[in-house]
Amino acid sequence: MRKPVIIGVGLTPVGEHWRLGLRDLAAEALLNAMEDAGVDKVDSLYVGNMASGSFIEQENLGALIADWAGLGNIPAVKVEAACASGGAAVQEGVKAVMTGLEDVVAVVGVEKMTDVWPSDATRYLAYAADAEWELFHGVSFVALNALIMRRYMKEYGYTEEDLALFAVNAHANGAKNPYAMFKKRIKVESVMKSPYVADPLKLFDASPIADGAAAVIITTEEKAKEFVDNAKMVEVAGMGRAIDTINLANREDLLILKAAKVAAERAYKMAGISVNDIDFFEVHDAFTIMAALSLESIGVAERGKGAMLAKEGQIAVDGNYPIQTLGGLKARGHPVGATGVYQTVEAVWQLRGEAPNQVANAEIGLTQNIGGTGSNITVNILRRV
Amino acid sequence: MGRPMQVSRYWRHFKEKYRLIGGKCKNCGHVHFPKRPVCPECGGKDIEDFQFSGKGKVVSWTIVRNPPSGYEYYKPYPIALVELEEGPVVLAQLTDVDPEEIDFGMEVEMVTRKVREFEEDGIILYGYKFRPPIK
Repeated sequence: MRKPVIIGVGLTPVGEHWRLGLRDLAAEALLNAMEDAGVDKVDSLYVGNMASGSFIEQENLGALIADWAGLGNIPAVKVEAACASGGAAVQEGVKAVMTGLEDVVAVVGVEKMTDVWPSDATRYLAYAADAEWELFHGVSFVALNALIMRRYMKEYGYTEEDLALFAVNAHANGAKNPYAMFKKRIKVESVMKSPYVADPLKLFDASPIADGAAAVIITTEEKAKEFVDNAKMVEVAGMGRAIDTINLANREDLLILKAAKVAAERAYKMAGISVNDIDFFEVHDAFTIMAALSLESIGVAERGKGAMLAKEGQIAVDGNYPIQTLGGLKARGHPVGATGVYQTVEAVWQLRGEAPNQVANAEIGLTQNIGGTGSNITVNILRRV
Repeated sequence: MGRPMQVSRYWRHFKEKYRLIGGKCKNCGHVHFPKRPVCPECGGKDIEDFQFSGKGKVVSWTIVRNPPSGYEYYKPYPIALVELEEGPVVLAQLTDVDPEEIDFGMEVEMVTRKVREFEEDGIILYGYKFRPPIK
């Protein structure tokens, strides 16, 4: 197998892009990434996107975006794994390079969510749940996470204020990221004063609906030397992906993201590292409860101790376990199918040493991207070359 | 948006949704809901219908204040994970209950209720909800 490295990254700011459609956002991120990598053509394109058919009545994104970005008659497909589509698309690109089938691959994650009414967006996001046995009953995605959050608080004795600390940390970091949707610090009180969306989950426990696109260019270590200096290269050292029951009610244990556990173990093994070797963690904090559960499931914290890391101040950029170093989903924003690629771009910044909120001496970073209520999860390990 | 034109899509689940019939593995006896083609316990593929009693307890709950489109009329409404006395957990709305009274372990029983209506010419969806038992 050949060693895959990322040689270029590009992105758009996350936000409500009223003047830009999906194809504009995707092409902008893609062309930025190609410029960063110094490549003028790619062998193929993988698009991470969750729900363009629902949001903008557009499928066949491979053709749409490759055509719009002027990439010629290359193979181009959409990869879908709900909110983990971006992480999964990166993995498909990496696999193509590793196997030798393609030499220079582009991956773009994109979602255009603000062209519809909020209640319709709520509906489309719930398509990642089980349509017959969850959405049928009128449950939203926020409500599913609220069910987990209430149980987590009951089981381990945490309060809403405790979980709010994840949002506070995300905003503190997002304030330094020029591409973040919310560049503003918040306090625990701000979270507590925000309205309930689905009790006990409040508006500020949740990541925002947003538009955005992010892209990476992947090639082999050999080929990379033709385009960039070593300082720009970041190796994709390990990856894992796993599913869990799509229906939350069917889980053996509500408080473990089994798919994250399996995916992380695979990724650590492939990279030949343990969780202790990792310098920062871009976990999927679509909701504050998911940040806590993610830390436990990927082995950073013991069961029930995820929220304790936030209480102890260990998740800050200068803490032992920095998370959401550029705002995470909460403050950077969560254009669902693009999120996994945003995480990848941010990890590359950290490992190149050029992040606007730098983790000191970062050598290895982790990105974890959750689809559904933990039903489809990717974990990638990135390492400085 | 999201308007179902196909009656069959809902009709095909009438046993589960109106009567809470799930599956029981003939190999290991494991019961589950809804009925699956493969037993989640032993991998057995010989699964028979199993009638649940409809009695259970609340494992967790929430109040949906910002529903998906199509459910706005009913908001706010409580949704719970209910652990049936036979073991499986199901997600459903709670009904005939004061939201303030919902608690962990609260006993509930299944009732068949209207879940959603569409436009005047649309179908009406019925399904299970749970309520505190009538004493």
